[in-house]
Amino acid sequence: MADLKQTPLIQKHREANAKLVDFSGWEMPIHYGSQLEEHHIVRRDAGMFDVSHMLPVDLKGEGEAGKTPRDFLRKLVANNVDKLQTTGKALYSCMLHEGGGVVDDLIIYFLNETWFRIVVNAGCADKDIAWIEVQLDKFNREQGAQLTLAPRRELAMIAVQGPNAAVKLWAAMPGMRDLAEKMQPFNAVVVGNMFVARTGYTGEDGFEIMLPDNAAPFFWQALLNAGVRPCGLGARDTLRLEAGMNLYGQDMNEATTPLESGLAWTVDLKSERDFIGKDSLLRLPRARQLVGLKLLERGMLRNHQSVFTERGEGEITSGSFSPTLNVSIALARVPAGISIGDTVEVDVRGKRMKAAVVKYPFARNGKALV
Amino acid sequence: MSNIPANLKYTKSHEWVRLEADGSVVVGITEHAQDLLGDMVFVENPVVGRQLAAGEECAVVESVKAASDVYAPIAGVVASANADVEASPESINQDAYAAWMFSIKPANTADLDGLMDAAAYAAHVESEAH
Repeated sequence: MADLKQTPLIQKHREANAKLVDFSGWEMPIHYGSQLEEHHIVRRDAGMFDVSHMLPVDLKGEGEAGKTPRDFLRKLVANNVDKLQTTGKALYSCMLHEGGGVVDDLIIYFLNETWFRIVVNAGCADKDIAWIEVQLDKFNREQGAQLTLAPRRELAMIAVQGPNAAVKLWAAMPGMRDLAEKMQPFNAVVVGNMFVARTGYTGEDGFEIMLPDNAAPFFWQALLNAGVRPCGLGARDTLRLEAGMNLYGQDMNEATTPLESGLAWTVDLKSERDFIGKDSLLRLPRARQLVGLKLLERGMLRNHQSVFTERGEGEITSGSFSPTLNVSIALARVPAGISIGDTVEVDVRGKRMKAAVVKYPFARNGKALV
Repeated sequence: MSNIPANLKYTKSHEWVRLEADGSVVVGITEHAQDLLGDMVFVENPVVGRQLAAGEECAVVESVKAASDVYAPIAGVVASANADVEASPESINQDAYAAWMFSIKPANTADLDGLMDAAAYAAHVESEAH
């Protein structure tokens, strides 16, 4: 595959007979034989994903009040970074443009008052860097600040996920255990040249580990030796959908706000703080919402299928088979006023099929929830 | 290279076809097709008795990844549909040539001569890879 970017683990994927595909310009494993098996391994045991295509970006700088990285992030993102008060704490947030649409969703880690790390989506990385740099230049100029932004392309990232992720991670890296064992979910620690975060995109316990690219193959092999199975981005997608986690570009984008994407819980509209896009969020009507669907007939829900409700039409943003529920599920954007328990119809390959509006997540921690 | 049994006939849309002793023909999708699609999670067969034209969309297989239409290799009437493969779509991944989908009573058995043999299908798969 010409012109595709490769992660430091490409050789490991080939050795494991991965089926490699173009994913946002990266040559990435979609599965290593069976996407369904890989899905179940993560719900029941432990699997690992190469997510080195995602980009960590370090925001650094010193300064007096009003000129710090925290001050800049207060303005840049919709969630409130003042929730980050202890070292290593992570925060999920959307980054909006002035109109309230989502530029990207990201995770921000607080290391100290001079260093925050932001992890952005692979497909948005170039756009995000350009956007943040424009905002940062403006901030530095207006505030007389001297903050810097450093993309960390040389870092690989491996996600180890599943109920046995912790035990197998210690088996692979005994030296990491003391520092990382007591870590709470949504926290990170720096262990030597590794950045270990108890985060993920599967709805299971697990870790996302950033490390130098030249150390990644060795670490991957150590995890393999400890019995962690490689899993592809196919399983990652069905796992995140079951866990009710949005995918940027499908469930939200620059034309949708977080409030109509099931992400109101990540938007801080209560504090006095002003952030980019806040005015639009307060002004715009909330005509649409994201809901979970569970198909009540034999068939398969897919992205972009039309949804018919008593309040008008909507559209499936992410639809697939749920391996844990053994039925088809979806996230769909539908008119406001549709509620959990309602029945809607979906155009499935020309047939109107009934689907129930359900609360999501659909499955987490090994269990079906709907 | 995937398995392409010599005793079957094939279509460009990756169905396999086998003539039975009773004159009916059994239809499934090839090992190559299931490999492209990945884990199967849904199969919908045509109803028994339906008249099919050659090349008509008549069944659906869906993997976790995508839906794919299955086409009638030749004209005829649907004689039977395999309920086992509908209940266990993964059987197509396990053995694509054992997991038949439906059978047709051909309008004209000689139509089978218009389908590809194993060598021609192998060349077709090869040509699609480039």
